[in-house]
Amino acid sequence: MSEKMATRQAYGEVLAELGEKNQNIVVLDADLSKSTMTAVFAGKYPERFFNMGISEQNLYGVAAGIAHSGKTVFASTFAMFAAGRAFEIIRNSIGYTKANVKICATHAGVTVGEDGGSHQSIEDLALMRTIPGMTVISPSDGMSAKLLIQQAAELDGPVYVRLGRAAVPGLYEADSDITIGKGNCVKDGSDYTVIATGIMVNEALIAAETLEKEGISLRVIDIHTIKPIDKDIIIKAAKETKGIVTAEEHSVFGGLGSAVAEVVVQSAPTKIAFVGLQDTFGESGKPAELLAKYGLTASDIIAAVKSL
Amino acid sequence: MNIDYQQLEKVARNIRVDIVKETFHANSGHPGGSLSAADIMTVLYFHEMNVDPAEPKKYGRDKFVLSKGHASPVLYATLAHRGFFPTEELTGFRRFGSILQGHPDMKKVPGVEMSTGSLGQGFSASVGMAIANKLDKNPGRVYALLGDGELQEGIIWEAAMAAAHYKLDNLVAIVDWNGLQIDGKNEDVITVSPVDEKFKSFGFHVIHVDGHSMKEITEALAEARKQEGKPTMIVAKTLKGKGVSYMEGKAGWHGKAPNEEEAKQAVEELGGEW
Repeated sequence: MSEKMATRQAYGEVLAELGEKNQNIVVLDADLSKSTMTAVFAGKYPERFFNMGISEQNLYGVAAGIAHSGKTVFASTFAMFAAGRAFEIIRNSIGYTKANVKICATHAGVTVGEDGGSHQSIEDLALMRTIPGMTVISPSDGMSAKLLIQQAAELDGPVYVRLGRAAVPGLYEADSDITIGKGNCVKDGSDYTVIATGIMVNEALIAAETLEKEGISLRVIDIHTIKPIDKDIIIKAAKETKGIVTAEEHSVFGGLGSAVAEVVVQSAPTKIAFVGLQDTFGESGKPAELLAKYGLTASDIIAAVKSL
Repeated sequence: MNIDYQQLEKVARNIRVDIVKETFHANSGHPGGSLSAADIMTVLYFHEMNVDPAEPKKYGRDKFVLSKGHASPVLYATLAHRGFFPTEELTGFRRFGSILQGHPDMKKVPGVEMSTGSLGQGFSASVGMAIANKLDKNPGRVYALLGDGELQEGIIWEAAMAAAHYKLDNLVAIVDWNGLQIDGKNEDVITVSPVDEKFKSFGFHVIHVDGHSMKEITEALAEARKQEGKPTMIVAKTLKGKGVSYMEGKAGWHGKAPNEEEAKQAVEELGGEW
């Protein structure tokens, strides 16, 4: 397994690598480059980095204009201000026009921690998923973040990538088979399936280990691409195991859980339990305290499995 | 350079006639703010800008963004008369299956550089286009037409700040200052003036023109070309509904189509053929 790393850190590193290989890449930020890690690129290629200041609407409007001039644009800020504040600009200037913009949004979810509920984006997957043609990615570790962002750079069109603030355990190697649109079965199992995304994949693996001791065999699937979602891997799990738990550091409304349910009810109805924020905002605290309070731990996944 | 202003006047009249016909056939659309911008659009496409209808995406071309996207009738009529697509297309405006959507769609219409309609976003995209041209040392210039009511959008001022910061002297913004928006006069809805002082303080070179004087518009665009290190804002004083007596200066004609009788009268007043 690769080392512990925040997905935003992986983004910063891979973006600088991509910038060296691809002169066509232009990077934009909105006064958060040291946090989103676009500062690494800015340091190496200052002529291709443009800071828009604290103006996220204009960040994404300008991104569209540069992309329609033939560039591959990476435009970053916190998830709250990208998917939230700039939603309609992303919808109309980037989505509607199929602009080649990669919206790499960091500090998603409650693990932002101390900044509190105003900064904890728990709606971004739902918002971005509704935009026609938008690819939505939510990596579970640093290595998969790098591999997925490399692939996103090759896609012609808008992509939203959800990245986190806190360091997370490594799950993949550089040669792991990671492909946009394909889920990864990170642990096989026959009784129940946990379909997780982002930091919840690791929690699901911990839950599987615990349940194994109780004689319950858990399959764990990392859905790093929320859209287009890997229907085959979901239908297979729905048919081969007795029920599904979805797990995401996001509201249970509109995100991964909803995406999985949409597939299941149409093709292979089975019972689903949803681990995520249950119609609530977050608050200030340490990531571990918040994950425990809002039901985003391995033991919450275990309880959900047992509820099926 | 000798400029044939009479010829430009003639083109503008034809564009105005088509604005009336487009909105009449669609039984919807925005005639008022289209008529007010017809002279500006004529000078841009028939004098100022380097565009090639045979090769709409030619490298090095000048780009135009209609940030006040609801004035699509004037953009479509101008592009058609300039040769980007046949004028026959204009009768399909706003109809199912037509390339001419209610608001401009760059994926459907040759010559449309940016899909617009949600106010403020076109200006922001034009700043992006100007940044990209600077980066590539592409000689193409970027022109954006803004509504005066549109200046109430916050993104306009974010984009203006960025345009000045990045010294975009390849960017020219023109505000179609007709003084009216859907709910009435700008000054009654929410005051946007003084536009000149605001943009000056944001770092723009500001020029005032009569937005219906071909000569003044032409000269302002020439003056903008001479600016170094600064974007230009041309504040064009216009009359909403210009050229159609019963529409002139009436906020009610912002987003209302003429009926057949009204349309015929308008075309007659403009000296066109029904």
